[in-house]
Amino acid sequence: MTDKTDFLNGNVACAEGALAAGCRFFAGYPITPSTEVAERMAVRLPKIGGTFIQMEDELASAAAIIGGSWAGARTMTATSGPGFSLMMENIGYAAFTETPIVIVNVQRGGPSTGQPTMAAQGDMLQCRYGSHGDYSVIALSPSSVQEMYDLTVKAFNLADRFRTPVFLMTDETIGHMREKITLHSNVEIVPRRELKEGELPCAPDENGVPGFGTFGMGHNVHITGLTHNEKGYPATDSAEIHEKLVRRQVRKIEDFRNEITDVDIVNPDAELVFISYGAPTRTVRQLIADVPDTYGHLNLRIVWPFPDESLLAFKNAKAFIIPEMNLGQIAKEVRQHTNIPIVVVPKLGGALHTPAELLKAVEIAKTVKKPVTEVCL
Amino acid sequence: MNLEDWYRQDRLPHIYCAGCGNGTILNCTLRAVEELDFKKEETTFVSGIGCSSRASGYTSSDSLHTTHGRALAFATGLKLVKPRQHVIVFTGDGDCSAIGGNHFIHACRRNIDITVICMNNNIYGMTGGQGSPCTPYGAISTTTPYGMQEQPFDLCKLAEAAGANYVARWTSFHVKELTEAIRIGLETPGLSFIEVMAQCPTSFGSKNKMRQVTQMIDMFRENAVLKVKADRDAAKGIQLSPEKFVVGQFVRRKNPPLGVEAAK
Ligand SMILES: Cc1ncc(C[n+]2csc(CCOP(=O)(O)OP(=O)(O)O)c2C)c(N)n1
Ligand code: SF4
Repeated sequence: MTDKTDFLNGNVACAEGALAAGCRFFAGYPITPSTEVAERMAVRLPKIGGTFIQMEDELASAAAIIGGSWAGARTMTATSGPGFSLMMENIGYAAFTETPIVIVNVQRGGPSTGQPTMAAQGDMLQCRYGSHGDYSVIALSPSSVQEMYDLTVKAFNLADRFRTPVFLMTDETIGHMREKITLHSNVEIVPRRELKEGELPCAPDENGVPGFGTFGMGHNVHITGLTHNEKGYPATDSAEIHEKLVRRQVRKIEDFRNEITDVDIVNPDAELVFISYGAPTRTVRQLIADVPDTYGHLNLRIVWPFPDESLLAFKNAKAFIIPEMNLGQIAKEVRQHTNIPIVVVPKLGGALHTPAELLKAVEIAKTVKKPVTEVCL
Repeated sequence: MNLEDWYRQDRLPHIYCAGCGNGTILNCTLRAVEELDFKKEETTFVSGIGCSSRASGYTSSDSLHTTHGRALAFATGLKLVKPRQHVIVFTGDGDCSAIGGNHFIHACRRNIDITVICMNNNIYGMTGGQGSPCTPYGAISTTTPYGMQEQPFDLCKLAEAAGANYVARWTSFHVKELTEAIRIGLETPGLSFIEVMAQCPTSFGSKNKMRQVTQMIDMFRENAVLKVKADRDAAKGIQLSPEKFVVGQFVRRKNPPLGVEAAK
């Protein structure tokens, strides 16, 4: 088989990426602007021996893909802001029970029902911190239709490798735009490590990740969202067990942040450096094409765990300019890792930043002294 | 395999209060599973949150103790991915019908091939005895200190109307009948809903003049009316008095189920 070229929208490319990665169960609930992911899965899954189900809501969708994952399938759901909020309790459950699942959030304007048909990046911090308690997640952010496909494949591999919920934090612009893409004939698949005979279901290996006790394979595991010991049994009264478990689960991701990192670094010697992820990356790329060799660019294909060490690549940086379709959510994270001045370029309402707006931010960045300045457009 | 093999022995003793009905119901469930000669690899227990939902932790095959009210949604995903699996859900009256009410009616509507055992103690047991959607009118709980002012759900009527293929109600006093009902439920394709009235001396009995376990068991024995008798009375125009409730099999039908393995 050879690679196939197609002309697809981002949401459809995401569904195709999931299928290529071996996703065989999708549960979802319709919400603009994510629905084409579900609709494509509804057409395609039954033809290849998979299952699509439209659940009664997003709580049920998240629950069903967790159940499906324990039954041994690669599973996914897709939603947007309000549905993402509803999934939060079960996202925490997936993190704590170390269940690999993929959740796609095609972001729209919020809060509340907000702007259903307009793009936004307002759920970035909710993705990281939205459920209760301490936990860590992995989140990817595509900036093209091709990346919708490629990063969806990658999301499944990361979910299985680290046994954690993995998020594809995209937005309406990328979800609905059409581009020519390559559908790969054979994609790399990193399987879950099955629990070995005699191994305890919640005892970590050298990577901090336990073996997966797929249901129906004779492991007879008990999985609970309560604090549990290495056997998987509830142990809710022990401070020691709780602390060890939570710390291990956070570390299994944070300690491997350099392995997980996925960024583009352009013009590392530049003094003024753009940091972007998702749709704003496209405007930054245009600006850099207009005036080559002028600005640096750090494009984050991965946003969580935050690839803080990639900031160090820009040795001469005098300011970081961060265009986001929110009021500066990832800029807050950047601020935690650097003393270099930051110029936030927030934009709400759904339209992309224009090159002119970024040039305005550049003018401010040239004079900025304080660590943080906000450009109001 | 015998009954003991279905218990996760290294987790016993269980956390249930002395005299709680949940242990009996778990025992009846595992007895039915054992009678059917199920294999452990083909049997999965799923539960939500509550005293009743702790039951999945005492069974020795794969089990998933999930979030409050959502067990049926987790179970739906499991069953659709692995249709060969016998999936048994333990839930409480609050878990099933308050926070989980939407999932409950939709699981019944889909008629997914799962067996649901609802341990109905008329109360939120685990959180210390608050009112639930099944608390009888006038009953005292920590959140209905002047008596419950809302009408209770009839979970069996709800399951039947929503589309379940098998619906039955028994009590923790009716050990033989209950075991039989669970067995039939497990053998019936589609959603089987078995409601079991369970005594909760700690949270319900103590507030409602049934401090002794025996008082609650006597209440079940005296107030449970067999469905055949209730039907006969109804035909004669005799109404069921408010403290009584009907037990037995309400429906067993062959509507198309979901999640059943296609015949090879
Ligand atoms: C989202 C959420 N809300 C509330 C709770 C607290 N909670 C734990 S158990 C329970 C009630 C359980 O009652 P029921 O389902 O009737 O089961 P029982 O304990 O009586 O067997 C509640 C409200 C929770 N765990 N999760
Ligand atoms: S509180 Fe009630 S339901 Fe819970 S274990 Fe005690 S007696 Fe049983």
